[in-house]
Amino acid sequence: MTAAVAKSVLARSTAHSIVEASPRTKAFAGTLVILYAVITILPLLWIVATAFKSQSDAIAYPPKVIFEPTLEGYVNLFTVRTRQTPDFIAKLPPPETWYDSLVRKHDMVIAGPSKVVPRFVNSLIIGFGSTFLAVFLGTLAAYAFSRFRIPLADDLLFFILSTRMMPPVAVAIPIYLMYRQLNLTDTRLGMILLYTAVNVSLAVWLLKGFIDEIPREYEEAALVDGYTRLQALRKVVLPQAVTGIAATAIFCLIFSWNEYAFAVLLTSGEAQTMPPFIPFIIGEGGQDWPAVAAATTLFVVPIVMFTVLLRKHLLRGITFGAVRK
Amino acid sequence: MTQLNWLPEVCLGEAQPAQPMDKMTTILQPDHATIPDVSEPAKSRAARRVHGLSDRTIAWLFVAPTIALLLAINIFPLIWMIRLSFTSLNLSMSYLPLRFVGLDNFSDILTDEDVWIRLQTTAEFVISSVALQVVVGFGLALLINRQFRGHSFWTTIILLPMMLSPAVVGNFWTLLLQPQIGPFNYLISLFTGVPPSSFSMTGQVSLAPWTIVMVDTWMWAPYVMLICLAGLRSIPEYIYEAAEVDRASAWRQFWSITLPMTVPFLMLAVLFRAIENFKMFDMVNLLTSGGPGSTTELVSITLKRAAFEKWRTGYSSALAIILFVTVFGAANIYVKTLNKVKQR
Amino acid sequence: MQKLKRLGSTVASAVLGVAALGLFGGGQAAAQGKQLTLCWAAWDPANALVELGKDFTKQSGIEMKYEFVPWTSYADRFLNELNSHGKLCDLIIGDSQWIGGAAENKWYVKLNDFFDKEHISMGDFVPATVVGYSEWPKNTPNYWALPAMADAVGWTYRKDWFSRPEIQSAFKAKYGRDLVPPKTYDELKQVAEFFQGREIDGKKVYGAYIFTERGSEGITMGVTNVLYNYGFNYENPKKPYQMQGFVNSPEAAKGLEFYKELYKCCTAPGMTNAYMQEGLDAFKSGQVAMQMNWFAFFPGLYKDPNVGGDKIGFFVNPAGPNGHFTQLGGQGISVVATSDHRDDALAYIKWFAQPAVQQKWWQIGGYSALKAVVDAPDFPKSAAFAPQFLESMGIVKDFWAEPSYAQLLLDMQKRVHDYVVADKGTSQQALDLLVKDWTKVFKEQGKEVASQ
Repeated sequence: MTAAVAKSVLARSTAHSIVEASPRTKAFAGTLVILYAVITILPLLWIVATAFKSQSDAIAYPPKVIFEPTLEGYVNLFTVRTRQTPDFIAKLPPPETWYDSLVRKHDMVIAGPSKVVPRFVNSLIIGFGSTFLAVFLGTLAAYAFSRFRIPLADDLLFFILSTRMMPPVAVAIPIYLMYRQLNLTDTRLGMILLYTAVNVSLAVWLLKGFIDEIPREYEEAALVDGYTRLQALRKVVLPQAVTGIAATAIFCLIFSWNEYAFAVLLTSGEAQTMPPFIPFIIGEGGQDWPAVAAATTLFVVPIVMFTVLLRKHLLRGITFGAVRK
Repeated sequence: MTQLNWLPEVCLGEAQPAQPMDKMTTILQPDHATIPDVSEPAKSRAARRVHGLSDRTIAWLFVAPTIALLLAINIFPLIWMIRLSFTSLNLSMSYLPLRFVGLDNFSDILTDEDVWIRLQTTAEFVISSVALQVVVGFGLALLINRQFRGHSFWTTIILLPMMLSPAVVGNFWTLLLQPQIGPFNYLISLFTGVPPSSFSMTGQVSLAPWTIVMVDTWMWAPYVMLICLAGLRSIPEYIYEAAEVDRASAWRQFWSITLPMTVPFLMLAVLFRAIENFKMFDMVNLLTSGGPGSTTELVSITLKRAAFEKWRTGYSSALAIILFVTVFGAANIYVKTLNKVKQR
Repeated sequence: MQKLKRLGSTVASAVLGVAALGLFGGGQAAAQGKQLTLCWAAWDPANALVELGKDFTKQSGIEMKYEFVPWTSYADRFLNELNSHGKLCDLIIGDSQWIGGAAENKWYVKLNDFFDKEHISMGDFVPATVVGYSEWPKNTPNYWALPAMADAVGWTYRKDWFSRPEIQSAFKAKYGRDLVPPKTYDELKQVAEFFQGREIDGKKVYGAYIFTERGSEGITMGVTNVLYNYGFNYENPKKPYQMQGFVNSPEAAKGLEFYKELYKCCTAPGMTNAYMQEGLDAFKSGQVAMQMNWFAFFPGLYKDPNVGGDKIGFFVNPAGPNGHFTQLGGQGISVVATSDHRDDALAYIKWFAQPAVQQKWWQIGGYSALKAVVDAPDFPKSAAFAPQFLESMGIVKDFWAEPSYAQLLLDMQKRVHDYVVADKGTSQQALDLLVKDWTKVFKEQGKEVASQ
């Protein structure tokens, strides 16, 4: 569709309402929605705010709405500290950086970086790696299902869908045994393979829907012009499927990024991602809430960015491609 | 072979109006009409073969890796698990001789009253949470469809909880719901005057099941909302215009047009959310650990404890298979019922 | 469209690069020099061990890396690790109850030969710790760990509150006796009731803090302190695995009921799933008058600016009508069998066993199990809680250390939490069901379980 047609289409589609709603109805609807949105965002705001509280403010009772912000939570997230006696600290050379002095104020000394950066990197590698693989394999398989007659196609497609019905804990039982034999426990490769396998079912379903929509005539024309099937795929089909691929990628990424059950059961050190790491960030004696809140905030940022960028495609992904353009 | 032939094709303002009842688009049934006919003229087939790999090779090359991966990661382990379910394997006591116990694990599970209570708890959770999400999600979609000013901004805000990791959500809600130091109880006490430390959302037997429903709805009502929005936007204008001409009231329009035409989407949302919530583990485990006692212990939590804390691999394999058969069977029945409803 | 394409291709190539990194460059950079990874739970003594370990690094040149996991997921995570034959840990300070499983499944290196070679004698360590942390089968000279951290359940109380004249007189008026740290559980309940809901320094405070955690081991580790003292026994001392009448005797049921009464009457609200950290938070923020917790935390509590020093006091787990015991905690340090650095790990154990190191371990916040340290004449004066610690180590009793201990523990967690927190059934019913659960576990293992 050209831009002009798309615009007019969008314009017409936005006029879907029972009646073109009166300003009063709109205001009423708007108020309710805004109310819900505000209520729904409050927990998140509390968490973002907690990241800027001091330890005692975070667990103060009654809970503090007004507080003095500090970067302790973030510093605690990124460092490992040990408590020393005030005499020991007095004997140390003066603090070199702002975070050093922040930590010293609590009679603690920075002993090294915490594990949060390696965990975040793991999340990036495993998340993006499995997304890329799932989308890659999914595109190929979807293309094949769409354009060729594969024997047992219906059954295969249904089997692909049914793999999503098992609770992850159930799937983890034999995978745990299998990985134990293959020395894949706690490896990034193992996690990437697992997440790819889980994502590829969604990817095939979504992408088949997208590719089904691309008219065959373009490829046929290209083939007649002398292109091979592969070239036709690359030059004709893929460019038109890019938005579909982006939508699929976003869903695969959200799954791999946020996944917890497999990660907590099959990783412990090397390949551990953020979700099993965040709830167990411990401060002195208890959960370090400001650090946990800081980690939560940082962890959700990439997903929110991607979602906002690609929000128009969310609809299709959510309905498994049932919503057509 | 299950077919979901009931979802109408959704058009965003396409040239020809959609006829929802006529043109069925399948979800689970691929569109056979678009598959190339084998009896094409030999010339073009030959032409294809001449230029690069043949179609058949490409087809297999493209599909094989996916099928292979799924076989390796899904099917082979499933078969292994079926075999394990007939044994007494306990991983933490692997020095004990492995015994084949036939159907003992299965009968153990099916005669254990606790397991049935867990299934009941899970079913209650699924039904309450999905019902609430449908009501809230559909309501929101109706309101947002009014297209008031700034609605897409607020929609994005509402979508945010969906983007979080359920495990992280379960974890930070424990802080929010703590009676002494969490804001939730204080907020409620502001509105109702009940002292904040007199009730505990995650600690009281009467409240805990509703707490997990509440947090789950907070996360997933936006999901249902999006689906319903898709449904609402698919209803073509001319139907409403026709109703206007007939001077149907707004309420009547809602009941006879909006609701019936959104129902397929709602049913889709219900299916997906129900499957997901049946599998639910991370959010509830981190929010309540299945407590107090076992009042919010969902069946996945039981499975995890049996498999990875008690290490009763044989027993938990049997339980996993029972769960899978349950979900699979339920989904199948649901979809078949849906098809029948739609054919009416 | 073009922008999307370009964005898409940039993202795709970045992703490809990152994925390639992950798939092929996944391993850590080769370590410069020698390294050992020690796995333990994340708590105060672990931080102390990090400090102590610096001496080892100085002496041997081996760098120490640590993997600390919070208590609530400690067993989960490390039993998973051991079961999957992971290579993460070279040394592990595993919980005392893991010994049975670790020995039978050959997860730990048996240390008898090493001890003989290095002249490390188990007779040098407190007997309860040798039996509890090191031996399997129990009471046989087969050693799988070096006792590393001696620990037991104890109690802290707000000495400053107890010594306020107005509080003392109010208590005396009500109960006719002086307000002192309780010696029996009935006394403890009285004191807790007294403080429950009282206003102190403008804030409402509560009587006691007890363990109620559901997920790992919390409520069990709390309730046994009462059960033991009401006559609960794991089995017939004369007939192994006979549990009927010992686990669910009427006295034991009374004990369980008492724990529930204490929970309902005299604890802070919202403590339905609370273990070590919540107790520390509650005590440090001035919410409770008395706190049940592990001795391991007492050094840190003593140093706390808000409630430490003169404000804090300690007492041994009170007695009950049928006994005076306290729940054993503590761990031994073992070498993981799948480790690639076995000799280095053994060198660490040899270093750790030295009396001088054990002495320093006690001083910086650990709890040594070496007799030379705890039997020293000036030991009771070395810390405010030292006398109570000594007394407690003399009356410790431990949970099952069988290889199936995890199942036994989880069954007890469920039955006890169902009764105490979720109000299910009676205490007798809970214990009867527990006997049924445990019988099933032992039968699956092939053990003979007598019913009478």
